[in-house]
Amino acid sequence: MHFPVPAALEAEIDALIARYPQKRSASVMVLHALQDHFGHLTAEAMEWTARKLDLQPINLLELVTFYPMFRRQPVGRFHLKVCRTLSCALAGSHALHHHLCTKLGLNPEAPGPQTTPDGRFTVEFVECLASCHTAPVLMLNDTLYEKVTPAQADQLLRQSS
Amino acid sequence: MSTVPSPAPNSSPTPALGWTPPPRPTGAAAPAIPAPPAVDTLTVTVNGRPVTVPRLTPDWQGKPAPTTMLQACAAAGVSVPHYCYHHRLPVAGNCRMCLVEYGTPALGPDRQPLKNPDGSLVIQKSPRPAIACATPVTPGMAIDTDTPGVRAMREGVLEFLLINHPLDCPICDQAGECKLQEYSVEYGRAASRFVETKVHKPKQVDLGPRIMLDDERCILCTRCIRFTRDLVGDDALGIVHRGSYSTLAAYPGRAFDNNYTLNTVDLCPVGALTSKDFRFRMRVWFLKETKSLCTSCGTGCNVLIGSRENVLYRYTPRENDAVNRSWLCDFGRLNYKWIGRADRLRQVRVRGEPATWTRALAELAERLRAIPAGHAAILASARLANEELFLLRKLAQHLGAETDIVPRHGEGDRFLVHPDKNPNTTGARVLGLAAAPPGANLPRFAERLRAGQLTALLVFGEDPLKHGFDPETLQRAELLVVSDLLPNGAAELAHFVLPGCAHAEKRGTFTNAHGRVQRFFKALEPPGDARPETEWLGELWERLTGERASTSPERLFRQLAEEVPAFRGLTWAALGDTGQDLPDGPPPPER
Repeated sequence: MHFPVPAALEAEIDALIARYPQKRSASVMVLHALQDHFGHLTAEAMEWTARKLDLQPINLLELVTFYPMFRRQPVGRFHLKVCRTLSCALAGSHALHHHLCTKLGLNPEAPGPQTTPDGRFTVEFVECLASCHTAPVLMLNDTLYEKVTPAQADQLLRQSS
Repeated sequence: MSTVPSPAPNSSPTPALGWTPPPRPTGAAAPAIPAPPAVDTLTVTVNGRPVTVPRLTPDWQGKPAPTTMLQACAAAGVSVPHYCYHHRLPVAGNCRMCLVEYGTPALGPDRQPLKNPDGSLVIQKSPRPAIACATPVTPGMAIDTDTPGVRAMREGVLEFLLINHPLDCPICDQAGECKLQEYSVEYGRAASRFVETKVHKPKQVDLGPRIMLDDERCILCTRCIRFTRDLVGDDALGIVHRGSYSTLAAYPGRAFDNNYTLNTVDLCPVGALTSKDFRFRMRVWFLKETKSLCTSCGTGCNVLIGSRENVLYRYTPRENDAVNRSWLCDFGRLNYKWIGRADRLRQVRVRGEPATWTRALAELAERLRAIPAGHAAILASARLANEELFLLRKLAQHLGAETDIVPRHGEGDRFLVHPDKNPNTTGARVLGLAAAPPGANLPRFAERLRAGQLTALLVFGEDPLKHGFDPETLQRAELLVVSDLLPNGAAELAHFVLPGCAHAEKRGTFTNAHGRVQRFFKALEPPGDARPETEWLGELWERLTGERASTSPERLFRQLAEEVPAFRGLTWAALGDTGQDLPDGPPPPER
């Protein structure tokens, strides 16, 4: 099965593998590197990793399905992760999530990440983002936004256009 | 005085569990395993009763490992319920069913164990329970398996296991041999308190050509994963997803199809993994179990035949540390269907006409008497039992007949499968029925038949047409006797057709490729006229020589052990369930 990995990425992955006494220990790091580059992890990516680390693909599938931050489906360019753990839930994160979903035409009741048809936005509930004192919080891609009100959320969406 | 080691029976130095590697073939007698020095033991108490156990017990690989609480309990005759633990697999410790309470001797300020006024040790109870399968015992440890706390823990574990379990026992194949069912009855709650919605998981997952998986029944013990990864070396299974959604799976698109997959069905404590061959065919409690052997290769794996009303439904492995441990290959396990084939030979025939045994044997004896010495040959089979081969050997000596067997070679592997595809080649060789190398006489038989030097050919369980004889050559024989189970070309040409029995239809012994003599027993009635070979061969012998011949395998085995030096010292009774090695081991291979 052909899975083209750019030379620079493969060099980066080889360096990651070299950091561990056992190749297998690099599994999670290699998957993260592939996900950062390709956006999500396909079956081909897991099979490529298995060959790279002398593992069976099932070993990687176990990891990818266990950790919620590994994605098997592509996400939008702007990925909104709304915290739903206790502090944020008490401070209104469900209302925030509901607001974002309705604004973007997504179903707030559906489980799991949801992406707009144009592929620009993905909204998802996540567990604790370690900022309980500024609840409710969300992350837009890699940036944390604190004490987010629906109005601020609207502004974020506008900025992201 | 509870620390004084209790005398026998609980102080046996050989633990009930654990595996020592079987002696591998060496050509000589069983290799001398260096006797371990005096076994280092320690004494613990199980439910208040002292028991002395070795400090080290062989683990699943046969390497010495600290004895665990579960093994100590087994030595004390106390069973601890468990799902994920299996004595032939690495310990996982994930099911928590074997949780027990325990304590260790309390130490005084001088670091010496404190004693009660009656001299017994003061036990400091551990505040937490421990899993018996993975916790090593220490001297003086007190293990309690029947306290209210332990009972509550077992009940709790079972309640959790049953939360997402479908409880479809009435349609589940495992019912009757299901650990979840058994432990629920023994240790579980009477009724469920669960009112929420169960998690649904994939059902009827086609894992491979021989295995069907029901993920809702799976309790995630990982026995199957460990077996196929650590024993077979095919890391094909894993658990995907998380929490209550955890699901046993193979990688999509990759079939679980190694030659040992059906062992996972035996290992599965619940009905998650089922055999496609056996599922929905018979309730296990109806099956009669008969100790037998697998006949597909020279390993001679020990099996239990499950049969009902004269129909064979399945083979399951029977434990034998020296041969197959707890396993069976898929090929051997499924290679039983020929026994019940509708076209089995079921009629005695003389020159194509149905006949009775009495008439056929009388006429055959007469014909054999007329054959001059040296003009007969016996083509025996290495699929016959030692006792039958012993009678054939006597017959060959009487007739001055040359003998041989048909060798069968195939692929072997490093786990169980042997390249010799006959179950009793060793028996045929030590009894002198096989040429050197086996099969070397077959071309000569054909040649001598064509030259008219052979006038009688007696064939047992083989089709000469498949082994270098052509019909014209066979027709040159004035007397062609064929005894077989299934119809074949030679039987069509034979003057005498004598239907024989499959191993499941008679008693006897096979000698496996490593020289181990093992017994098998009768599970089924043979079809039609078919009779065990020892019976009618004994009768033929009597008609031929006027001497009484034994027909029971037990008596024949005794004679055999007296007359054949390779079997000296062996007795039918002493073979037991797991067999015994030939005193001098198997003869060296000839090629």
